[in-house]
Amino acid sequence: MEPKTAQFEQGAAAALADPGVQQGLRGLYGGFHSARLTAAAATPDWEELRERGRAIKTHTIEHLDYYLEMAERNVRAAGGSVYFAADAEDAREYVAKLARDRGVKLAIKSKSMVSEEIGLNDRLIAEGIEPVETDLGEYIIQLAGETPFHIIAPAIHKSREDVSELFEDKLNAPRYERIEELAGEARRQLREKFIGADMGITGANFIVAETGTLTLVTNEGNGRMCTSMPRIHVAITGMEKVVPSLEDLAVFLRLLIRSATGQRISSYVTTVTGPRKRLDEDGPEEFHLVVVDNGRSGLLADPHFREALNCLRCGACLNACPVYRKVGGHAYGWVYPGPIGAVVSPVLTGISDAKHLPFASSLCGACKEACPVKINIPRMLLKLRNEISEGDNHPEERSSTLAERLAFKGWRAAMSNPAIMSAARSAGRLMQGPISGGTSGQQKGPGPMAGWTRHREAPRLADKPFRKRWRDLQDDAGESSK
Amino acid sequence: MQGHAAPIRASLFVTCIIDQIYPEVGEATTRVLRRLGVDLDFPRGQTCCGQPAFNSGYWRDAKPLARRTLRTFEGDRYVVVPSGSCASMLRVFYAELLEDEPELLARAEALVPRVYEFSEFVVDVLGVTDLGAYSGSHPHPDLPPSRGKGQDKPGSPRTVTYHETCHLRRELGATTQARALIGSLDAVKLAEMEQSEVCCGFGGTFSVKYPDISGAMLQDKLDNIRDTGADAVVACDSSCLMHIGGGMARQGMRTRPMHLAELMDESFTPKRSTSPSHRTNCHSDSQRTNCHSERSRGI
Repeated sequence: MEPKTAQFEQGAAAALADPGVQQGLRGLYGGFHSARLTAAAATPDWEELRERGRAIKTHTIEHLDYYLEMAERNVRAAGGSVYFAADAEDAREYVAKLARDRGVKLAIKSKSMVSEEIGLNDRLIAEGIEPVETDLGEYIIQLAGETPFHIIAPAIHKSREDVSELFEDKLNAPRYERIEELAGEARRQLREKFIGADMGITGANFIVAETGTLTLVTNEGNGRMCTSMPRIHVAITGMEKVVPSLEDLAVFLRLLIRSATGQRISSYVTTVTGPRKRLDEDGPEEFHLVVVDNGRSGLLADPHFREALNCLRCGACLNACPVYRKVGGHAYGWVYPGPIGAVVSPVLTGISDAKHLPFASSLCGACKEACPVKINIPRMLLKLRNEISEGDNHPEERSSTLAERLAFKGWRAAMSNPAIMSAARSAGRLMQGPISGGTSGQQKGPGPMAGWTRHREAPRLADKPFRKRWRDLQDDAGESSK
Repeated sequence: MQGHAAPIRASLFVTCIIDQIYPEVGEATTRVLRRLGVDLDFPRGQTCCGQPAFNSGYWRDAKPLARRTLRTFEGDRYVVVPSGSCASMLRVFYAELLEDEPELLARAEALVPRVYEFSEFVVDVLGVTDLGAYSGSHPHPDLPPSRGKGQDKPGSPRTVTYHETCHLRRELGATTQARALIGSLDAVKLAEMEQSEVCCGFGGTFSVKYPDISGAMLQDKLDNIRDTGADAVVACDSSCLMHIGGGMARQGMRTRPMHLAELMDESFTPKRSTSPSHRTNCHSDSQRTNCHSERSRGI
């Protein structure tokens, strides 16, 4: 997927101005977010579970080479192939060549963020292969020619009416009124594709190293069809998705599903270990696991950002984030939106274009509070801000203007001791008259304050600062000033 | 607080925003802590903790202020901060900022156990959870009125709602203290708003860089405040209250933005017979005049 992270401001403005998008986003707090809280509250030892998940992830990422080799060994032992793709093109080419070599005409897909990340569909189409998304949300997005709006609910910004119009337009379907009718139409359309497909392409929520087992968590059953019906199954996953053991998998299934949708278990949890065996009644003839790096080694190599690889892609930080709940997923300009996207997009796609993302946060910490493995996202956003404002990167990568940098130099000088602070304050009081004088409520601040005063009154410096009132407080208390 | 032979000694880190824009919050904090028997001082060298620069990525500009703050609050006194955000800067974020400065980092780590946000300090250090036990009449007739900036302020609130500020909750983990204090005030009813824990959209420079995203977040907060019908919205951070208050003023809402210290200042007075801190003060010769002074004010 071509990053459009540089257009964050335009994307955010468009989302704020779109009532349909706002309505979709408004449902998140009472929906996924509240469901997660309810599920967590109903889970004994939830906090210990989070700690355990965090510890397992941290351990695994620190020994990633070891566990990836173990996973590779065990997938091969089960009769599957493993390919380590260095970047998006490498991964696309592997899948495209495989499809060419095997004469694939139709590929069915279950939802995979890594497939979105590497832009696989466009490549398959260029090869004359038809890729069909079978997750309902992804199917809608594919028909609309859009990118996912949310990690686990890609079409959450579309209303029933939007989807009805889309089906009418793209599928020549009648104008449906009910969601059941829309789902029924999608099911009819997809059934033909499931039957005719040569290749099933899935993501992977987890790869269990000790058994070489791929795990998929879905609610629609389409993922299981993609792993079992076509003659070839290709699973594409980021290299951070490996977990050591089945016992660890149990921890992460509890954490992931509760954090994503608030369910105790999803409708389907599919595990796949290699292709169909001699006595199996169904299953693919070939199983290929494509493990994608695509910049993740950069995260792994940097101790400040390595923690981002702990992410389970549950979407809890999106649902918890008050900024995401206003600007939605498209504004972030790449496949991973919201707080975790604001961390990984700059590192994986280039900090130059994505320099807005780390600043588009109030640092409220709701993401950190929601994360099932307690990823400290605000800490990483702060570190990225520091790299952008002061780092050794090229000046054009800086988000800041010269004026902003000078303002902070001036502020630092003003705060450098109380005497200078007092002098600066006198100057400030002279200047604030034109900014916020009077109470009529329509004043505009200068320069950067113009936006602030669009929605809020500007504050005024007090006539006498606290440090000059302290002595009076001593007199009140009958105590000598200290 | 029972059992302390000597008054608890603390330094006030008033924060730059309270010093410069909301000095009345500093005054209220001072009066409340004194009434609860704290031996409070105000180190004159304090300016700003450095958070605005730190949050904006200008760590080189933030470091000298961290150094100054560490020097100013050396010693063994508690450091009371009437701001969850600034307290977080000292307690949590100095470790990030000073990661590469071992000497400063060691001093920051030594400071951490002494730093408390105001509501944490009252509940966790002073052990006060029931202000009803300290209440006189409401509001106390002898208390000086809240010292605003010459603006007309509405009277003391009867019904308040509480905005849970982000750093207080998620960096300091203080989720219960302020509510317990408000809930214990006899004369004040707490009307909880929806989504109290959701950010108001301030975020320092975030509200300047992205004023419209911030403004949309603020609108939700204002709607939730309005729905409670409360006379005042109470919080433990003057910067968030500045943001919320700025929005309420723009929309003509009559709800008063109020720091918890102001609410406590206006809503309770320790009864002589029930305040162990008061007894402690009177046992200390150096504070005798303090007791007499309070007695003369009918406390």
